Amino acid sequence: MKLIRNILDKIKPQVQEGGKYHAFHALFDAAETFFFVPDVVTTKGSHIRDGVDMKRTMFTVVVALIPALLFGMWNVGQMHFRSMGVSVDILDAFWYGFLRVLPLILVTYGVGLGIEIAFAQSRGHEVNEGFFVSGMLIPLIVPVTTPLWILAIAVAFAVVFGKEVFGGTGMNIVNPALLTRAFLFFSYPAAMSGDKVWIAAKADAFSGATPLAELTAGHSAGLSPLDMIIGAYPGSVGETSVIAIAIGAFILLYTGVASWKIMTSFFVGGLAMALILNLFASSFPANSYLQLPAWEHLLIGGFAFGGVFMITDPVTASQTEIGKWIYGFLGGLLAIMVRVLNPAYPEGVMLAILFMNIFAPTIDYYVVEANIKKRLKRARVVFNSKNL
Amino acid sequence: MAAKQDREPMFSPKNLRLITNPINVDNPITKQVLGICSALAVTVKLEPAIVMALSVTVVVAVGNFIISAMRNTIPSRIRIIVQLVVIAALVILVDQVLKAYAYNVSKQLSVFVGLIITNCIIMGRFEAFAMANKPWPSFLDGIGNGIGYGVILVIVAFFRELFGSGALFGHQIIPDSFYNMGYVNNGLVILPPMALFAVATIIWVQRSRNKELIED
Repeated sequence: MKLIRNILDKIKPQVQEGGKYHAFHALFDAAETFFFVPDVVTTKGSHIRDGVDMKRTMFTVVVALIPALLFGMWNVGQMHFRSMGVSVDILDAFWYGFLRVLPLILVTYGVGLGIEIAFAQSRGHEVNEGFFVSGMLIPLIVPVTTPLWILAIAVAFAVVFGKEVFGGTGMNIVNPALLTRAFLFFSYPAAMSGDKVWIAAKADAFSGATPLAELTAGHSAGLSPLDMIIGAYPGSVGETSVIAIAIGAFILLYTGVASWKIMTSFFVGGLAMALILNLFASSFPANSYLQLPAWEHLLIGGFAFGGVFMITDPVTASQTEIGKWIYGFLGGLLAIMVRVLNPAYPEGVMLAILFMNIFAPTIDYYVVEANIKKRLKRARVVFNSKNL
Repeated sequence: MAAKQDREPMFSPKNLRLITNPINVDNPITKQVLGICSALAVTVKLEPAIVMALSVTVVVAVGNFIISAMRNTIPSRIRIIVQLVVIAALVILVDQVLKAYAYNVSKQLSVFVGLIITNCIIMGRFEAFAMANKPWPSFLDGIGNGIGYGVILVIVAFFRELFGSGALFGHQIIPDSFYNMGYVNNGLVILPPMALFAVATIIWVQRSRNKELIED
């Protein structure tokens, strides 16, 4: 640590105001605060919760994503070799998956951080950590075969139009990771759907359809609930394993980074909608999605991943406590509704969460208004009783 | 002396500004934020966008001239109806000309030629300019706003056709070798939302170059 401090101290004079390399000051700040807690003290009145700053918060989320990432890498290798009919041990499968997923991560971070630093530099802001999480989320919610240049365009679009135009980290209206995915989905549908994209270098004879696609096509999911929980089936890189996501959820909830209210209400909302749809199963036998047991809805596709890592994003979610319940519940409700009722979209989690992102401020507004009305009423009662 | 002052030259600097302002600092789309709907609808390809721009320019310029010429006789309570009659007559003329001389484009534009009637730029210029100015400046103002509208349409359509269909004016621009290497046209650019992003980017670029345009 001392060594790093010395190196940084040596560089510091050159990047400060008037130094030779002042143009790179944002990059230097980012590196310095990455290694050391800044010694800047708030001069005005502050509201301290505890010693956690944004960098630590973001890092907690990245840590929480690691189980899903590791499992995803293994699953990529495992599905590849299974489609070829070869059986290999865990490490070989993991290594193959690692080599396939690593480029996605590198491209995402390279493009995203490059744009962030360029904007921070030109605006005189510090580079902040917002993209650490998005950059880790994005590789986990795309198919492993996504071409890298397409990914780069989508990341650039999402960072510029999802985040920088609104003023950077903490100002975004929609979740940048989901915006990336939405851009990919609508721009390059052939690379984002179908049964060819979910398994790296798939053998032709092997069906690579996700359980969601099977259900949309009118078949059964073809998985036992235990399979769904373990998650060794085709899907986006990090979304399949409920176990790995549950570990991440535990970390997020234990550290208080994610709101348990949003997470719970999202799953309750999904379950409620699935139960309602189950009632219609016998009326529409052609739609096999309607017959899927409600709780299995929560295990397949991106529902668990979206519920733990996406909808809980504190920037885009509702801020009021009652609003959080409404926000999560409607998100889950919509996700299952889109998934089951719209044959064009086998999965609805992405669209539902983006939609709720847009509505979060409206929900907050009405919650606050209702509260004001309630308190005014109380104030009037007191006032009137005094006048009597 | 007095007579000389009344007659200003036809292309005085003041009149020229009526043309140049709407193209840049007072652009109907990026500054006045009018005519957005047709900017989304007809900009998938360049050719219809250009035809649309020309049609709107003709309608708004001639319409401005006519309205300005009768501005003192229009009773103000029914002026909207009078304006609509003028627009409708001009649009029908434009529609017939297109059908006669550019049938394919007219088919592509289909209902949007008729919908020029509802283009807010036209009504906006009638109300804001032609009702209060002489015919010749009004005519120039119409030309300027039509071109200003057209410039944005052409820029948006250029990017949308290039990235959405890999072509310009219907001719393939992006070579086959790109496609063989795995290049794919962007499907979102064809959809209307992307036109909004394109217009927004133009607004962004324009306002960061000209700080006076930034509203608080």
